[in-house]
Amino acid sequence: MILEARNVTKFYGSFRALAGVSLGVEESECVSIIGPNGAGKSTLINVLTGALRPTSGSVRFKGRDVRGIGPVALARLGMARSFQLVHIFPDLTVLETLQAAVVSRLRRGTRLFSALARDREVQEGALEVADLFRLADKRHAVARQLSQGDKKLLDVASAFALRPEIILLDEPTSGVSTADKTTIMEILVTASRRIGLRAIIQVEHDMDIAFGYSDRIIALHEGKVLADGPPARIRADRHVVDTVIGRTRASGTTTAPHPGPLATGERG
Amino acid sequence: MRGRAVLAAVALAALGLPWVTPAYHVLLMLPFMAYAVVLLGLNLLFGHAGLVSFGHALFIGIGAYTGAFLTTHTPVRSLEVILVGAAVLGAAAAALVGALCVRYVKIYFGMLTLAFGMLFYTFLLKFYRLTGGDEGMRVLRPSLLGQSLDAMPKTEYLAGPYYYYSLAVLALATLVMWRIVHSPFGLCLRTTRDNPAKAEALGLGVTRYRWYAFVISGVYAAVGGALLGPPTGNVDPTLAYWTQSGNIVFMTLLGGFASFFGPVLGAFVFIFLQDTVMSVVVYWRLIFGALLAVIVIFAPGGLMGLFGRNRPVEVSRT
Repeated sequence: MILEARNVTKFYGSFRALAGVSLGVEESECVSIIGPNGAGKSTLINVLTGALRPTSGSVRFKGRDVRGIGPVALARLGMARSFQLVHIFPDLTVLETLQAAVVSRLRRGTRLFSALARDREVQEGALEVADLFRLADKRHAVARQLSQGDKKLLDVASAFALRPEIILLDEPTSGVSTADKTTIMEILVTASRRIGLRAIIQVEHDMDIAFGYSDRIIALHEGKVLADGPPARIRADRHVVDTVIGRTRASGTTTAPHPGPLATGERG
Repeated sequence: MRGRAVLAAVALAALGLPWVTPAYHVLLMLPFMAYAVVLLGLNLLFGHAGLVSFGHALFIGIGAYTGAFLTTHTPVRSLEVILVGAAVLGAAAAALVGALCVRYVKIYFGMLTLAFGMLFYTFLLKFYRLTGGDEGMRVLRPSLLGQSLDAMPKTEYLAGPYYYYSLAVLALATLVMWRIVHSPFGLCLRTTRDNPAKAEALGLGVTRYRWYAFVISGVYAAVGGALLGPPTGNVDPTLAYWTQSGNIVFMTLLGGFASFFGPVLGAFVFIFLQDTVMSVVVYWRLIFGALLAVIVIFAPGGLMGLFGRNRPVEVSRT
């Protein structure tokens, strides 16, 4: 098991955001966390990514206790994340953003006197990810000037540029048009296979995306795991349908399913 | 290409200046060059890390007093030794102060740096046995590259060898800073300015990068401070006073913090404008205050921003 949370509870003051959540992510799995607003999805992601320390319970990544160790240490361990609200560097270009991620991965950030422009490994690494995310033709554009969809792509692309073993995507398709959502997901699947990701966890509100691109769904409600299983079983769970999904949306997805998007991946 | 041509022209003008202008203007170039070194460092913090220090006069003071102490209390007269000593002490002080300050941002960072600056100013003022109090300390004429130039008339010394020495230090400081801002470190530093949470998510330790930038800027300020002493032959606590910190922030804004050479241009215009305005009216600070207001409101990119060669600057109106 690559990532495991056991009996995680998180309180904000007297408010209990997570109540004994347990989950595990296996090698080559793509897991979607679904749930209504206030279910504790973002808190769970923040706990899993070390940004928040749980009040009780354990979080282990590759067998190591990572409770509250912070995003920097986790990124170095091989876990990357993207954010629900787009997180970019507004004044940096697309290429500079990706270069920063590659520099971080290669641990070259404290090189004071070497010329970045002449670092071929960094340049090629950044261009490769730009290509993968269809951002190559916009590589010299300043991030703030990109469309919302491209900003989202750049946010995710920079996390991929770290070549992590596992990635946590907090609503990777939120705030973009329906047409762009599928494109983003297709790019994500291709990129995941190309870099040899070992696992993906995504928080997703769009049920088409969640059910179409996951091996497993975890439904959260009021800080608890309501159900955990393959998409077909979750869709058949009347309690989950009534509480989390809604009957209309549960009747079918418009997106063709991509079971096991990482199944054929080879780490490269 | 155009940038290189301008740079070459400026370098040629600087090299030829002592032959074509009166000594008075050449001597005005000395504080300009010293402040330009300070500002190159300050702008690593201001423009690239997004941290505005209101206490950098502390490091200018450390550099200036290093020169004074070494030349009056020890046999050291070599300017090279003074500059290295200033750099080391500046780095040590910045490492300590920076470790406490860079955990904070915005006004909290600014106020903390101001507080440390004022602490040092008070130290200089009150420990008069060591520092000479408000009278300050003498700076004996330093030797340059092993050459003692004590026999040379002062103006000739300052407008000749000392001018070129300062120019060489400025050129070297510019070259080194150019490498730093175009290095992987420079890029990572800008990520911490633009979006610290995102930078951390990419595995970049924000506090650590800010601290490095603080230390480097401390070294630059100390080296610049050490160059300020010899032209006047005296250093006093006003060099470390908060108005001095305000002046260098003003110079940075005047030239434009978004541009590499903006602060250097700011130092040049500030020094020469101050000299001109002071010779005309007593209330030069009034003029400069109005000028600052005009720049912030109408030209937030500073003078370099008017040429449109730097990234857009957003001024928060909240």
